[in-house]
Amino acid sequence: MSDRPAPKRAKHALITRLWHWINLACVVVLFMSGLNISNAHRRLYWGDWGFAPEQAWLSVPRFPGWATIPGHYDLAEARDWHNLSAWIFAVTLLVMWLSMLANRHFQRDLVTHRIEWKPSAIWDDIRRHLKFDFDHGEGKYNFLQRVAYGLVLGVFLPMMIFTGMAISPGLEPAWGWFVELVGGRQSARSLHFLFAWAIAGFLIIHVLLVIAHKPLDLMKAMITGGREDE
Amino acid sequence: MNSGIGIKRRGFIAGLLGLAAAGCTKVAESRAGKSIFDAAERWHAGAHRLLGGRTALAPEYTPAEISPFFRGNGTLNPSSDAYQASLAGNFTDWRLEVRGLVRHPLTFTLDNIRALPQRTQITRHDCVEGWSAIGQWTGPQLSLLLDAAGVREDARYIVFRCADTLAGGAYYESIDMIDAYHPQTIVAHLLNDEPLPVRNGAPLRMRVERQLGYKHPKYLTAIEAVASLEDIGGGQGGYWEDRAGYQWYAGI
Repeated sequence: MSDRPAPKRAKHALITRLWHWINLACVVVLFMSGLNISNAHRRLYWGDWGFAPEQAWLSVPRFPGWATIPGHYDLAEARDWHNLSAWIFAVTLLVMWLSMLANRHFQRDLVTHRIEWKPSAIWDDIRRHLKFDFDHGEGKYNFLQRVAYGLVLGVFLPMMIFTGMAISPGLEPAWGWFVELVGGRQSARSLHFLFAWAIAGFLIIHVLLVIAHKPLDLMKAMITGGREDE
Repeated sequence: MNSGIGIKRRGFIAGLLGLAAAGCTKVAESRAGKSIFDAAERWHAGAHRLLGGRTALAPEYTPAEISPFFRGNGTLNPSSDAYQASLAGNFTDWRLEVRGLVRHPLTFTLDNIRALPQRTQITRHDCVEGWSAIGQWTGPQLSLLLDAAGVREDARYIVFRCADTLAGGAYYESIDMIDAYHPQTIVAHLLNDEPLPVRNGAPLRMRVERQLGYKHPKYLTAIEAVASLEDIGGGQGGYWEDRAGYQWYAGI
């Protein structure tokens, strides 16, 4: 009994797997209902205010029904979906951050080191990616993976919450300093839109790289937990 | 060949997303779906009040930040004969009633409104659609009118009646007592030091600065203290709430 090898650790902790799929559902609902909300006023501005074409920095295309929640233009219902999933999205992201600091997933698997930021090292990492070699590097994830996950978890997703809060007039009396920090409500709305598309871009690259690598193994690991050495 | 697969795949993804959207509509129309949405709306309102407090002020701006033009939305010129006659007479016959659950129902002329202590505030107007405009509003605080009329203890909401109709329905709105007594909740009769333009609600409109534009009713004719919103209009607390399912709490 005593010489049986210690059971291998799961590759992904339960909290990571739960968060990953809940967050995916939230991001999809938030993004698609967000496109419906965007259809209500298809111009973006910088600063505090803006309502006319001459103040806009971007005219946004009308998003088709198949890409929006609900599938037809309905600002009230889209806002219902958006405001409900925003709660789940924000609370689960906070829980994920607290747990990955507590179980040291962040420090162990996601932190990058100064030496990896040397241009030659980064270039080397990019070259390996172009050759579809993803399993290089010492830790669980290679350098570019850690940068991408760190950017999404530490910047893109939190910025969606903060800029969303900055658009909300009922929160602004408590939150005015943040609205000023991002340059006004219309700037917050523009940033909300840009970060949403940054997340959509990450999602597409993420899925393509999973498909290009080992789609079945990686999916299985994110559902069942997998094994540390996989 | 390649492009054919591309189109098929895109069609497949579009189909999947369409299916998800159709499922979402089913959920949204169910009673459970509606009650979850309502709960989320209450949590937002609760969090806002908890973080900001009941009397925290919306940001106010400097005169240099005022938008060169203040966009109008919804009704831009009420078509009723009564309104048009009043407009032609420079609103000298306009009356604002304060009624409902009050000890002394009151009727104000525009001169009465102008004679009250005034508050001037340069604030940002945020439409639910997404745009914003900054303007300077002047008028008495709603709390002055409510105190003058003596709101009864059993009143829980303030309902605003308006002279405009949209698609055959009378516009109205409602707020709770916290927003009714908020220092920036005023009955505005001036925009940028001029009488309100017709598109912005002449001669009187509400300013409820911590909520979106549809909570700032224009062409104001009466202020009504009520215990419940159930028997008013469609029972959802406002024109857009009844007609299109807009959120009653519009601070999000």
